[in-house]
Amino acid sequence: MGVYPWVAWFAFRRYTAYPLGSGAEALTNTVFGFIRASVLIALWRARPGLGGYDTADAVTFCFLTQALIGPVQVFGGMELTERIRNGDVAIDLYRPTALQGWWLADDLGRAAGSLLLRGVLPLVAGALVFPFHWPGPAGAAAFTVAVTLGVLVSFGLRYLVTLCSFWLHDGRGMDAVALVLSLFFSGMTVPLVVFPGLLGTVARGLPWAAQIQVPADVYLGKHTGTGLLGALAFQAVWAMALLAAGHVLTGMARRKLVIHGG
Amino acid sequence: MRAEPGMIEAEDVAKSFTVRKRSGRLRRTRTTLDAVDGVSFTVRRGEFVGYLGPNGAGKSTTIKMLTGILTPSSGSLRVCGLDPARRRTELARRIGVVFGQRTTLWWDLPLRDSLTLIRRLYRVDAAAHRTRLAELTALLELEPFLDTPVRQLSLGQRMRGDLAAALLHGPELLVLDEPTIGLDVVSKATVRGFLERLNTERGTTILLTTHDLGDIERLCRRVMIIDHGRLAFDGGLDRLRATVGADRMLVVELARPGPPVVLDGIEVLRTEGPRQWLRLPNAVNAAAVVSALAERHEVRDISLREADIEEVLAGLYRGDHAYWCSGRPVAP
Amino acid sequence: MAVETAAEPAPGGRARAARAEPGTLGRPGRAVTMYVLLAWTWVRAAAQYPVSMVLLGLATALVSGLDAVGIALLFAHTPRIAGFTAPEVLFLYGTSALAFALSDILLGTTELLGRHVRLGTLDAMLVRPVGLLVQIATEDFSPRRLGKLIPSALVLALALPRLDAHWTAGRVAMIPLMVASGLAIFAGIWVLTASVQFVLVDSHGATKSLTYGGAFLTQYPMSLFARDFVRGVTFVVPLAFINWQPALYVLGRADPLGLPGAARFASPAVAAVLCGLAAVAWRTGLRHYRSTGS
Repeated sequence: MGVYPWVAWFAFRRYTAYPLGSGAEALTNTVFGFIRASVLIALWRARPGLGGYDTADAVTFCFLTQALIGPVQVFGGMELTERIRNGDVAIDLYRPTALQGWWLADDLGRAAGSLLLRGVLPLVAGALVFPFHWPGPAGAAAFTVAVTLGVLVSFGLRYLVTLCSFWLHDGRGMDAVALVLSLFFSGMTVPLVVFPGLLGTVARGLPWAAQIQVPADVYLGKHTGTGLLGALAFQAVWAMALLAAGHVLTGMARRKLVIHGG
Repeated sequence: MRAEPGMIEAEDVAKSFTVRKRSGRLRRTRTTLDAVDGVSFTVRRGEFVGYLGPNGAGKSTTIKMLTGILTPSSGSLRVCGLDPARRRTELARRIGVVFGQRTTLWWDLPLRDSLTLIRRLYRVDAAAHRTRLAELTALLELEPFLDTPVRQLSLGQRMRGDLAAALLHGPELLVLDEPTIGLDVVSKATVRGFLERLNTERGTTILLTTHDLGDIERLCRRVMIIDHGRLAFDGGLDRLRATVGADRMLVVELARPGPPVVLDGIEVLRTEGPRQWLRLPNAVNAAAVVSALAERHEVRDISLREADIEEVLAGLYRGDHAYWCSGRPVAP
Repeated sequence: MAVETAAEPAPGGRARAARAEPGTLGRPGRAVTMYVLLAWTWVRAAAQYPVSMVLLGLATALVSGLDAVGIALLFAHTPRIAGFTAPEVLFLYGTSALAFALSDILLGTTELLGRHVRLGTLDAMLVRPVGLLVQIATEDFSPRRLGKLIPSALVLALALPRLDAHWTAGRVAMIPLMVASGLAIFAGIWVLTASVQFVLVDSHGATKSLTYGGAFLTQYPMSLFARDFVRGVTFVVPLAFINWQPALYVLGRADPLGLPGAARFASPAVAAVLCGLAAVAWRTGLRHYRSTGS
């Protein structure tokens, strides 16, 4: 067990070693935040209280999504994909550690670094320019838990997509589909509370909701008491289900590699 | 009109970079690094020149200036009669360049398609292309992997593909930056044999940088050595050995193991059982040493080795030769 | 080796022509030929897996159509946003997205310039007898990029007949003109932001603010945004000329900034100036690279 914290720590160090590139990304995330916030403000001006949000809620939600783009890697992708394509994954599979555990630890370290370098600027800039909500200490604590669970869910999804490279000749199509689902159903395109009727109900039950919408709602204090526990449980269940699926798929990938030589 | 202009004419060519260094928490100091510090040489048509130097000596910078990738800070440079940086695309049509560390082929295309594309880029007419491609295919043994995407080629195959790509347009000058790096023995031999024929039979001028001294011994009649941005040697291999005064090595095998032999002015570098390695300074007469040895010991076998180019260069790079430090101008 | 030697002199005409081509953007004819040739080679390579190619194209279409779905979702709740109806906003989306998709297909890969600098692959391109811009823009050119045209063309085709505009010959003619000048403005932005990467190799993440950010911004009416912000994207980075100003003319609307009527027709001129600046920036950047070898 001792090795995983180190994997995470090295990933954190590696990710934060070149802060300039991340800072540049954070700048773009912030600019997009401004544009999206302006659109949302216009919508809430036309429909005050839409989806149980006030204008400040909508704006805060918008900048939270921008801040979380890096940590939950909404745009998808994992370094492991390249290692599967060039065959280096064989080395990883013969390590005395679990493939999924190793990359999960790596991803947690990366997400922590990303939260630091790409999360702060959009939130601060949004708070300075627009009406904005800051959470209380309890809210912040719950938010931390929710973001961690969101990263787990995000990892679970991306790991499954990545493992498909073992079987697919060209993984780019899979990546594109995963990207569409992630962008749309996580609430990046428009908040899930704006989704009408059945679409909204379905979207709020899918794992992508656990990536951004749920942490944002926790941040905004939309869940309290047992509702809060329910929201976190929702994330935890998805995280466990996805990681279990990842475990099964890893076994299949290992067998394929051993029997067919990759 | 001048008699026969050199293929490459470099006169006092220099290239300096500004390097920013962090000194203290926020402060940064700018220092100027002279990567190439006033280099002059001429390479004539048909020559095969090895360009050597330790890492960071300025080899790659020189190559980049010759091919027009970098603009010299000062000095004058002519390649095929052109100023490389100003007339880059025109020069590109007349020279071939191979980087051993990276390919100029397209990763995702089969080698054949890459070569067809090159024909179009360089505007080689179809008939000439067919002849050259057939010839290069035969010489470099490309046939088995012509239809394989470049990313799937082995390093040796890729290098042969790169060589073909660099020569399809029939360049007058071929510039090679470490072409044999990482190749296995067989691929190395193929590449070397090919380059030798290219130079002797077709008369293509070749400039080669390498760390592989086998390349130099086998191919180059002339060697230029750059160190700390300055040309430290320019001449034939033999003259290099002589100038540096590299020591020869005497390997003796005695009848039985024993302590290092004691001879005037001779240093024993290594002993291994009955075998001993003796350093023989140039001034010492080898015959005298051998007879002195035979007088005192029972000698089974004896062999004299000329200075290895590797040792010569290692000595040069370490800077432990007076010549190296004197800064005396080198005659071509 | 029986092949005739390399020393054949270049024909005079060719040599003279090449001399007039010191940079990369010169000699447009040759550049276009080379562009088509290189792009075609990539398309042919991709076409060896036709099913994969078509599916990838469709997936790309889906990704780039997401913004239109977002706009549709907004209008599920309100008939007007910032005074504009759904067909009007979708008209803005269509013109902006079409211009951007075209520019992205033609020049989008220039955004990877910083990576080429870092990996040293730029050097391999510089020893080929073709302009650097053409080589970078065609690198890995894939027909799946054409998928980006689908949602924008589709939305534009759906929005145009639903517009409540008084169609005149001028207004009809304005539509292809605004797409063309929008394309040229985006092209200028791609090249300008790529040029920055010659000097600031890590700036790619930030230059996306202008390229993708500009594309996203111009999908919406400028009346959504703070007035000073709109001044910025009119006078500093002329994003407002991609489609907003000409669209005001097509829709017969007043300019919230109160710019004179000539501004509605200024897009081609703005595009020309921006492309000129981009050409200068590209040459300057390349010169910087070749003198610093970063």
